Amino acid sequence: MTKIPPLLETRNLTMRFGGVLANDGVNFSLGEMELRCLIGPNGAGKSTFFKMLTGQLTPSEGTIRFRDHPIDGHPSHEIARLGIGIKTQIPNVFNGLSVRENIWLAAQRKTTRNAARQIVDEVLERIMLKDLAGAIVGQLSHGQRQWVEIGTVLAAEPELILLDEPAAGMTDEETERTAEIIHEINKTRALIVVEHDMEFIKMIAKTVTVFHQGRIMLEDNVEAVLADSRVRDVYLGKKVAA
Amino acid sequence: MSDTVKLSAQIAAVLVACIVVAVMPLYADLFQLMQFTLFASMAVLALSLGFIWGFGGILCFGQTAFFGLGAYAYAVAAINYGDSTPAILCAVIVPALFALALGYFVFYGRISDVYLGVITLTVTLILFNVFNSTAGDEYTIGTARLGGFNGMPAVPTFNMPFDPTAILYPEDSWYVTGGALIAIYVGLRLLLRSRFGRVAIAVRENETRAALLGYDPRVVKLWVFVLGGAIAGMGGALYVNWGAFVGPTIFALSLSAEIIIWICIGGLGTLIGPIVGCFLIQYLVSQIGSQQSFNSNLVLGAILIVFVLLLPQGLVPTLRNLVAAGWYRVSERRRETGHGQSRQMTAGQPVGAE
Ligand SMILES: Nc1ncnc2c1ncn2[C@@H]1O[C@H](COP(=O)(O)OP(=O)(O)OP(=O)(O)O)[C@@H](O)[C@H]1O
Ligand SMILES: [Mg+2]
Repeated sequence: MTKIPPLLETRNLTMRFGGVLANDGVNFSLGEMELRCLIGPNGAGKSTFFKMLTGQLTPSEGTIRFRDHPIDGHPSHEIARLGIGIKTQIPNVFNGLSVRENIWLAAQRKTTRNAARQIVDEVLERIMLKDLAGAIVGQLSHGQRQWVEIGTVLAAEPELILLDEPAAGMTDEETERTAEIIHEINKTRALIVVEHDMEFIKMIAKTVTVFHQGRIMLEDNVEAVLADSRVRDVYLGKKVAA
Repeated sequence: MSDTVKLSAQIAAVLVACIVVAVMPLYADLFQLMQFTLFASMAVLALSLGFIWGFGGILCFGQTAFFGLGAYAYAVAAINYGDSTPAILCAVIVPALFALALGYFVFYGRISDVYLGVITLTVTLILFNVFNSTAGDEYTIGTARLGGFNGMPAVPTFNMPFDPTAILYPEDSWYVTGGALIAIYVGLRLLLRSRFGRVAIAVRENETRAALLGYDPRVVKLWVFVLGGAIAGMGGALYVNWGAFVGPTIFALSLSAEIIIWICIGGLGTLIGPIVGCFLIQYLVSQIGSQQSFNSNLVLGAILIVFVLLLPQGLVPTLRNLVAAGWYRVSERRRETGHGQSRQMTAGQPVGAE
């Protein structure tokens, strides 16, 4: 009986900042083409988890395997080349460059000149920034910069896409558009999405993993998770529906 | 300003520079020509730092280390070979290799940007002390004596390629130095338009994002640094060709500081800026020096303070923005009266730049 290895698997993943246990023995597994939502209150360790997956942090303990290939502690650019792309929580874009240049930089690394140009045009269309292609990114609104960053992630065509709070700072329409794009991407690729906005989670989620105090508290389908009283408890004080 | 406007401006600048270099010997006397040759060799040094700092985000406080190594490498090789052709090559390769070694240690050791400044500064000091203490006969490379604090006098100057009997006249040296400056400028411009150049700018903009897109910032910065070292070394060779002399004061910290001032005044993040700043300040300092009524360092300090307070971006970017704002206003008016089209954001136009 051969089992297909998961796309991503972490074992006992732990991150300590001095005395703070930001991640505490996380065992996480994601299948090929899966769409997973990650929720949890502020400080639960979601962004730290993403940073370890993308080489921005070296785990204190534990392992990460991407397609059965160990990647924990590897530099970010190597992990990116293996096919993991991320939109970070705090927008990480090339502020001094144009929207088009941002997208081009993401697209050109592994393709030819013409293919890159085509990808750039497609992505600009998708993120609806075609009219602002020449604008300097630093002068755009927060929401637009989020789109630029999502655009760079799409243009790099990774196998696994991590989105850390993609809907933050977006209008309702933009949030819906984001959900649409996520569904589109998910036809060919796997995603992990961190969000606080429960309406948004309901729009996209199948399976939800709940982080609490650096550990996985619960993992189930979206209805079960949202009905779970413990989830409500940890979120108490936080507006559940946006 | 749109890309085509920028490109036309750059091409125009190069053409003007070529004409200036070509006709200068007709208008300047020998002394002035020699002086401009010196300025141009210094401008190559300024350009090298302007490139790595403005486009690679690498603030090197010791760019003179590569300048000085290039100068010494040229001098030693020229004395040994009796021909400047291989010596110029040495002046480029030796500092480039040194930059490769130093850069590898700095960028791969994940040393922070502040320490990079400290380390390059220290290296320059060490080089000064090393070359300063090579007075004895035992410090001889081939037939070239390093000469300690006295330096190396009577270094052979440039000759026609592979023809040591055809020594260049001062006019020729001016053409070579001015020509080299223009050629290096054009080369860097082309580089910045290439894939590598665009990635280098991306790394300067946001190292984390560049890495998350699969670019290794260490490699990119290392090559930028090495190229900067090679160009500074070329500047060193041009400098020795000007004076037929090199001594340890070439590693002086005051020169390293001066280049930074030239760049701040001319404009960081441009390639023209460092050249303009270098010529302007050196010309000014030489004028003040000949009058002897002011202390040139005092004036230099005052100019720097004025610039930091009033034109923090430097001359070239400030002028460019003024021109761009004017251009924008003109094209807006044309659009409104001519076609009555709705307003659009033009490429790279600062919002509210009117
Ligand atoms: N670089 C760091 N140094 C020290 N502590 C850190 C660091 N980064 C994160 N932490 C701590 O680790 C814990 C987890 O932070 P993390 O940013 O991963 O949470 P999060 O789930 O993403 O929260 P949010 O929903 O607010 O984004 C927090 O207690 C935080 O203060
Ligand atoms: Mg977070």
